[in-house]
Amino acid sequence: MKILVCISNVPDTTTRVRFVDDFKKLDASGIQWVINPWDELSLTRALELKDDASTGVKSVTVAHVGPASAEPTIRKALAIGADDAIRVNAEPADAYYVASQLAEVVKTEQFDMIMCGIESSDHNGSTVGGMLSELLNFPSVSAVSNLKIENGQVVINREIDGGKETVLVPTPVVVVVQKGIAKEPRIAAMRGIMMARTKPIKVLEPLAVDTLTEVAGYEMPQPRAACKFIDAENPKQLIDMLQNEAKVL
Amino acid sequence: MAVLVYTENWDGKFKKLSFELASYASKVAEMLNTNSVALSIGKTEAGELEKLGNYGVNKIINAQGEGLDKLDNQVFTKVIADFARKEGATVILLANNNTGKALAPRLSVNLKAGIGSGVSKLPLSTSPFVVYKRAYSGNAFAKLQIKTDIRIITLAQNSFELIEKNASASIENETVQVDKSMVKTHVQEVQKQSGKVLLTDADIVVSGGRGMKSPDNWAPLVELADLLGAATACSRPVSDEGWRGHEEHTGQTGKIIAPNLYFAIGISGATQHLAGVSSSKYIVAVNTDKDAPVFEAAQYGIVGDAQKVLPKLVEAVKEIKSK
Ligand SMILES: Cc1cc2nc3c(=O)[nH]c(=O)nc-3n(C[C@H](O)[C@H](O)[C@H](O)COP(=O)(O)OP(=O)(O)OC[C@H]3O[C@@H](n4cnc5c(N)ncnc54)[C@H](O)[C@@H]3O)c2cc1C
Repeated sequence: MKILVCISNVPDTTTRVRFVDDFKKLDASGIQWVINPWDELSLTRALELKDDASTGVKSVTVAHVGPASAEPTIRKALAIGADDAIRVNAEPADAYYVASQLAEVVKTEQFDMIMCGIESSDHNGSTVGGMLSELLNFPSVSAVSNLKIENGQVVINREIDGGKETVLVPTPVVVVVQKGIAKEPRIAAMRGIMMARTKPIKVLEPLAVDTLTEVAGYEMPQPRAACKFIDAENPKQLIDMLQNEAKVL
Repeated sequence: MAVLVYTENWDGKFKKLSFELASYASKVAEMLNTNSVALSIGKTEAGELEKLGNYGVNKIINAQGEGLDKLDNQVFTKVIADFARKEGATVILLANNNTGKALAPRLSVNLKAGIGSGVSKLPLSTSPFVVYKRAYSGNAFAKLQIKTDIRIITLAQNSFELIEKNASASIENETVQVDKSMVKTHVQEVQKQSGKVLLTDADIVVSGGRGMKSPDNWAPLVELADLLGAATACSRPVSDEGWRGHEEHTGQTGKIIAPNLYFAIGISGATQHLAGVSSSKYIVAVNTDKDAPVFEAAQYGIVGDAQKVLPKLVEAVKEIKSK
C-alpha cells in the first residue's frame, strides 16, 4: 500500500496575524511557517502504520501545492520520516485549485490511501480532502479519529455528533483526519534531518485550473470589553451578574 | 432558482442547529428573492418535518430510500446534488459540522460551486456573492467572494439567531433509489454517549484546564455544569493526559464552539485554546494568576483557586435555582 499525506504550509499557531494592502493580504513578514497541525498528526499516523509490517504499507509520500519558499516545511516532513515528496509549483490560489492539482498527482502516481487534515489553520476551509475525493471519484471518510489497517482493510473510527462509528472502506480512499488520529506529532530526530537532505522532492508544474473563490479582504475580530473582576470570596456576585447583567443564566 | 438547505436529522429528530439552518436559508432566499427548500434525507419521527416550516422554509423535500440510514459521502452527495439540480438551487446550505464538512466539498466539485465554510453571518452581498467566515483559526475573519453561479455555504453552529415565522411549508415525499454498489462505507459499530449535553450544541460550557491539578478534582466542575444544564469541556493537555475524554477537548485542534457562556477554569488562555472558544458570547475565567492571558479574552474574572471557587459557585447557582 502506498500512502499520500497532503500537507499545508501555515503560520505557526501562535502567530498574531496582521494584514497589508488595505487588509487584502497577510503580512508575511516575521512569520514562522509550519506543517498544518492536523497534517503533522496525519503524517505521524501514516508513519506509524508503515512501521508496523503487518499493515503492508510500503511508502509514505507527502504532497504540497506551493512555491519553492515552502520547501523548508516539506523538508521537515521528510525529516520526520516521509520517504519522498511532491511539490506542485504554484501559489495555492483556493481550495478547488489545490485539490485539482493534488488529484492530478494521485492520478499519475497511484496511491491507495490519501490522507488530508480536517482543516488548514489559515483558511479554515475543511474542503481540500473532500474535493479531492470527488475529483477522483474515490470514497471518502471524514472526521477520522482512529485509523488501522487490518487484513488489508482500512478500519476507521469517525466522529459523529455525540459518539463515534467504526467503518470499513475499500481502497483507494481519501481519509480526512482530526484529533485523536495520533497522540503527539512525531518529532524529527537528528538522523532524520540529515537523511531528509538527500530525499527526493519531485517538482511538478501545475495544471491550468480556474479558482472558484477569492478573498475580498480580511477583518480583525472585534475587541472585547475589559474583564470585570469579582472577589474570589464572593462568587455569588458573579452568578448575579451573569443572570442580571449578561442575562445568560 | 432556490436556496436548498440540507437538514440532517439525529435519530429521526431535528435540533436547534436544524432550525438555525432553516432560518438562515429563508433569510438568504429573501435576499435573493426566491424560495427556500429544506431537504431531509432518511426517516424522521412524525411531526418533525413540520417544525422546519416554522423557521421560514417554503418547501420540505422528504427523501426516503433504502441505504440512506447511514452516512456514505458519495451516496449523500449524489442525492443532494440531484435535488439541487432539480430545484435549480443557486445556494446550497449545510451545517459546518462533521456531516457538512464531509459533504460540502464533494458537492462543490459535483456542482462546480465555490464554497464558503464556517460562515457566521448572512452574505455581505449577493452580487458579487460575498460571505463572512472564520480565518486564521479565529484570529481574523475573511470576506470571501464566491465566483460561481452556484454557491455552497456551511454555517457555523450557534452563530445565527432563530427566526420563528409560525408558517407552514408544503412537504413533498420523494423515493430515492440508491444503487447498492455505490455504498462504500460499511458501518460496523456505533457508540453513542447518551444523557449528556453535547458540547457543540450547548448554550453553556464549563471547561477545566491543567489548573484543576488532578482528574480527581473534577466533581464540583461537573456539578456546576449539571446545575446549569451545561456541557463539560477541557483544554488539550487535560485530554492528552487522559484526565478527561478527547471529545471534551476544545481549541484549535479540538472542538470549535460558540456557546452563550464559557467558563474557563484553570485554563491559561493560550492562543490555540482561545481559537476554539473565542466566538463564545461571554467568557468567565477563574485563575490563580491575575496576569493569565485568559483574562484578556474574558468579560468576567475571578482571581482565585479553582478548588475554593468552584464549590462557592455551585452554592450560588443552587441558590438562584431554588428561587
Ligand atoms: C499546534 C498546537 C495546537 C494546540 N491546540 C490546542 C487546543 O486545541 N486546545 C488547547 O487547549 N490547547 C492547545 N494547544 C496547547 C496550548 O498551547 C496550551 O499549552 C494549552 O492550552 C494549555 O492548557 P491549560 O491552560 O490547561 O494549561 P496551562 O497553560 O498549564 O495553564 C494552567 C492554568 O491554570 C492556572 N492555575 C494553576 N493552579 C490553579 C488553581 N489552583 N486554580 C485556578 N487556576 C490555576 C495557571 O495560572 C495557568 O494559567 C496547542 C498547541 C499547539 C502547539
